[in-house]
Amino acid sequence: MTAITATNLTKRYGATVAVQDLTFEVLPGRVTGFLGPNGAGKSTTMRMILGLDRPTSGSVKIDGRSYAELRRPLNKIGALLDAKAVHGGRTAHNHLLALAQSNGISAKRVTEVLDIVGLTEVAGRRIGGFSLGMGQRLGIAAAMLGDPEILIFDEPVNGLDPEGILWVRTFMRKLAAEGRTVFVSSHLMSEMAQTADHLIVIGKGQLIADAEVGEFIGLSSQGYVRVGSPQLSQLAPLLGGEAVLHGDHLRVTGVTAAEVGETAARAGLVLHELTFVQPTLEAAYMELTKGSVEYEAVAA
Amino acid sequence: MSTLVLRSEWTKLRSVRSTMWTLIATAVTMLAFGILLPLAVANSSNPAESGLNGTDLSLTGLGLAALTIAALGVLTISGEYRTGSIRTSFLAVPGRVNMLAGKAVVFTVVSLVVTTAAAFLSFFAGQLVLDGTGLETTLGAPGVVRTVVGAGLYLTASGLLGLVLGALIRHTPGAIVSAIALILVLPQISALLPGQWGETVRTYLTSNAGQQIALLETRPGMLEPWAGLGVYLLWIAVIGIVAAVLLHRRDA
Repeated sequence: MTAITATNLTKRYGATVAVQDLTFEVLPGRVTGFLGPNGAGKSTTMRMILGLDRPTSGSVKIDGRSYAELRRPLNKIGALLDAKAVHGGRTAHNHLLALAQSNGISAKRVTEVLDIVGLTEVAGRRIGGFSLGMGQRLGIAAAMLGDPEILIFDEPVNGLDPEGILWVRTFMRKLAAEGRTVFVSSHLMSEMAQTADHLIVIGKGQLIADAEVGEFIGLSSQGYVRVGSPQLSQLAPLLGGEAVLHGDHLRVTGVTAAEVGETAARAGLVLHELTFVQPTLEAAYMELTKGSVEYEAVAA
Repeated sequence: MSTLVLRSEWTKLRSVRSTMWTLIATAVTMLAFGILLPLAVANSSNPAESGLNGTDLSLTGLGLAALTIAALGVLTISGEYRTGSIRTSFLAVPGRVNMLAGKAVVFTVVSLVVTTAAAFLSFFAGQLVLDGTGLETTLGAPGVVRTVVGAGLYLTASGLLGLVLGALIRHTPGAIVSAIALILVLPQISALLPGQWGETVRTYLTSNAGQQIALLETRPGMLEPWAGLGVYLLWIAVIGIVAAVLLHRRDA
């Protein structure tokens, strides 16, 4: 069963293409990270899933239906798009109550979700005075109102303190463990590395990768063997793979560390260092999104 | 439109302070003019021959009160655009036109109650002040109940005009300026238009038509009370339909 299915999803604003021909599926029971540099089209895609923006072409379905076709949608899908997008004059309780009532959700559930996110004590306070972290929790409470099977979070940890980040991360893992579909966007690979099971990576509105987190690393950089030796110039031509000089050591790809060691022993060359360097998600992400970053810093 | 949407919109309306303040401003405006103008007339020499009538005198606050209630109408929806909470609202109610209709119904009920009460209060206060001048009147006199109830209807319609403008323009300042233009400025400017064509425009232009329901005596060249209100509502309906179509089409 697929929770969210995007098919050839495209969104243009005049001549600017925000999202281009995006096709992917989001499955239940796991956290799917939606990753891409700022301006890659993540939020636009999420807004199209949620029926807020109209695709220029293509379609996106939630369990086979478009968002507009959902009756009392909060019971099916919950979303946190922008935690600051609330009327600051309203109390947390009234904000949630108005949402709950529109979907036939009881006032009792409002109290429950406030409790889940730890905002019970400030339920009667105006949202305008909330900290960023509290606002984020309120947004998550709103998403949880209908106890939905599908949850969408747009950059949920942006601007949070470490404690808040840990809380959101743990919460998302828990939701996925309960069998729910969790679709969460971020521009930070390091964040996704700790939360997501599956990654959908986009750059400049186009799909770059759609893979398990483990698989994702292998898609780009393959890792390398770091070789240190006082006789690098003699050693380099003997190695089978591709060797690149990096400062005072070589980065060798295409051969194992064992093979490098054996080659050096046969030639009677001294090794000071021989390490296999694991590729990181970060490196893989940088590699894949290279050239799809909207504004790149120029090296000084 | 479901009762769920109505309950939700009622919670939204009652849970922000601007609702209370604009309603109070509307009622106070009505009452202040309803006392001060009769007071001025009562203290003038020979009020009975002023050519004025006690009903209209007690309801002179209408012109200004129409603007404060229109501001509430605007804020009912533009407030959601300003904060971005309109997106959350659309997530909960993807039928956007449904939501707009729900807002309009809740607004109409709340506004009718408050503005009608304010109109009756102003009327009674005005008659107390006018007592003994010969201008004082009662609800029993011909046309008076229609005029006082009409004041509530005119004000509520003005509020609805604000609401549909808010939905159309989506920015508070822009929508409020448009409401002032349509309710206050353009109808007055239209008096300067020449010829038969100018007269027609003046007769049918928004508040010139709508206000007739809240005036005891129909002025020459103006529409009959109920016809005038009908024309005013037609303006609101047309803008409302345009707003609904765009609401449905535009990205949120």
